[in-house]
Amino acid sequence: MGKVTRREFVKGMVAGGAAVAGTLAAPGVLRKAYAQKPKLSVGLWNHWVPGATDVHKAIIEEWAKKNKVEVSIDLIGPQCRDILTIISAEARAGTGHDITAICTFDATAHKEKLEPLNDVADYIQKKYGKFDDISTYLSYQDGVWITVPAPTGSHSYPLVSRIDLFLQHVGINLRELFPTDFTKRDKSKVDAWNYDAFLDACKKLHKAGYPFGAAISETSDANDWLCPVFLAFGSYPVDEEGNITIESDATLQALEFLKELTQYMPKEIYGWDDASNNRWIISGKGGCISNPPSAWAVAKRTRPDIAAQLWHHDMPKGPKGRYRGALYFNFGVWKWSKEKKAAKELLMYLLESAQQWRILEAAQGYDMPQLKPLHAHPVWEEVGPPKGTQYNYIPRGDEKLIVGGYPAKPEYAVQIYSKYIIPVMTAKATTGEMSPKEAMKWCAKELEMVIG
Amino acid sequence: MRSIASVVNRKSSPSFLKILRSRRYAAYWMVLPLFILIVGLVVYPFCYSLYLSMLNKSETKWVGLKNFGRLLGYGTFWLVVGNSFRFTLIAVFFKATLGLALALILNNLPLAGQRLWRGVSMIPWVMPLALSSLGWWWVFEPTHSAINWVLVQLGGTPKPWLSDPFWARVSTIVTNIWFGTPFFMIMYLAGLKSIPESLYEAAQIDGAGAVQRFRYVTLPMLSRLIAITVMFSTIVTFANFDIVRILTRGGPRYTTHLFGTYAFNIGIEAGHLPRGAAVALFMFPVLGLAAFFILRNIARGEE
Repeated sequence: MGKVTRREFVKGMVAGGAAVAGTLAAPGVLRKAYAQKPKLSVGLWNHWVPGATDVHKAIIEEWAKKNKVEVSIDLIGPQCRDILTIISAEARAGTGHDITAICTFDATAHKEKLEPLNDVADYIQKKYGKFDDISTYLSYQDGVWITVPAPTGSHSYPLVSRIDLFLQHVGINLRELFPTDFTKRDKSKVDAWNYDAFLDACKKLHKAGYPFGAAISETSDANDWLCPVFLAFGSYPVDEEGNITIESDATLQALEFLKELTQYMPKEIYGWDDASNNRWIISGKGGCISNPPSAWAVAKRTRPDIAAQLWHHDMPKGPKGRYRGALYFNFGVWKWSKEKKAAKELLMYLLESAQQWRILEAAQGYDMPQLKPLHAHPVWEEVGPPKGTQYNYIPRGDEKLIVGGYPAKPEYAVQIYSKYIIPVMTAKATTGEMSPKEAMKWCAKELEMVIG
Repeated sequence: MRSIASVVNRKSSPSFLKILRSRRYAAYWMVLPLFILIVGLVVYPFCYSLYLSMLNKSETKWVGLKNFGRLLGYGTFWLVVGNSFRFTLIAVFFKATLGLALALILNNLPLAGQRLWRGVSMIPWVMPLALSSLGWWWVFEPTHSAINWVLVQLGGTPKPWLSDPFWARVSTIVTNIWFGTPFFMIMYLAGLKSIPESLYEAAQIDGAGAVQRFRYVTLPMLSRLIAITVMFSTIVTFANFDIVRILTRGGPRYTTHLFGTYAFNIGIEAGHLPRGAAVALFMFPVLGLAAFFILRNIARGEE
């Protein structure tokens, strides 16, 4: 797909949006449908990017005003664990918000209590094409859309590297390798950006005193960079049918690779949390991390000199492909909601391109849309400095987005992810607590508890 | 249909009022709010978690004791058991010892300064545990640890506080000791104040030195208080959640997970609530036995 200018994009969105706005706000359509003024409560993810939540709230309130719906909005998060405790309590109590934000896997445990949203998903997919694979994997379970992808919160984990250090110590011009126009990519050079090249880069960065830093601990970020590494080598813990598949040569290869890689990483990574790698790159100590643009956004405020040198780009390619971690946010409607009709109409409205456009801009490109047409949004090539740093935050090449635990069924994947089984196996093998083979066998035992 | 008047008459019938006013039933009325609280907040949740622990993951099928059985054959569960006992025994031992030492020091300070120091030493206990744990996290933070900075300035070597199993355990235990010692101190101080001065005078007349006075007067007089304090602290420490959750999240490599944090991880985060309930229920017999033995010792002391 060619590049789309802001003007063209707005034109397209206005045309598409007008049709929906016409439907939703057409005189009397909703007003006639509701006998009484519906009261709708929304548990909205509290975006960490300043101002993004205000825009999201304003969009909901505009819809409510047009359609004479009384909406109350509670902000929850920004940590997923805050949302998790709220939805767990609501699911058990059978009361709470009509619409609620739900992180990645967390709908799976409550799928029987969530209203099927097939009509919302069908409506949106008919207009904009299919949701991407990870959205479908997470939200579409047993033939039912138990949630729909939310317009805010979804993010992925590209590499975030220092342009200056890569140029000086590794000899790679990142802006040339991953330019702000994917049609200008040199395929042979991108293909050569594999895990061998990455290891070589990490050795050079380590030697220069700016090592690659990523958590290998009981924290979400550890899953988000390690699971793609294992998949790139062809290793995954459990397959789609529920068979434990971790005991393989591919796993051993990945562990051996990580054993070597960790020699060129800081030793503290075994105790890192989700913010540690951000601090690592912002402090100037690190040359590369794996993270969404949040590290860059914080650096922009606190260390603009560092931010101006950060470039978001593709993960390396492994023998079995190129994978990148992602965490998606969703919206669910509880079955006990008395305003399901209004809830679904609000979700349709929020997922329209025109609304997502506004939110994407307000969030400065942090949110990753799950509909392909929205990837043409110009925000990622505009934000900076350096201009275009986030262009490749949206996967532009052969990268496949995955969520830790994939391709196991979400009910198994959520346990693999939340118990940090892959990071703990990696830590056991790379610290010398166990040999790679022993760590792999330990992992298989852990997975038995997941399946059984 | 009964008339309103009849209902009112029935409600305020002489026999009902008589029961309300009767001294015989007064005690029952007074304990009723507490009874309702205990049933609502202790008995019901306990029975519900027992019921929950015997269901399958989706809570649709009765599986009996399967969840407990699976845990017993699971290596990580036994690691958590070991972590919990180690954490509790070491932390309670140090809290009891340091608390006693602090109480003795404070008790021997001149009265004028005692109040100030008593207040100051209570600060760790008065602060919300989550907040003080965050403070300790800053001290131990893996890459930019404040304590490591001090160590380096003093010519020492930095320690992997939260990234190595041994040091991570030390960090969580130190935080617990810091938080819990003032509780022991204030309990012991209250006990020390209640020991009659005449006992010390009599011991001194008999030629007892400071150590003998401590061993034969102070310790026996405090023994019941020590037992009760240790019992309370054991129960609270064993069920700790905040410190591990904030400092290590159970890591590195599950080596600091306690029953509470592990139950939360399995039950809420990983979405297997019945198994999470089973993990948490394993605490009950351990704590029940601890309470039984300590209370039995107190009863024997009374005899």
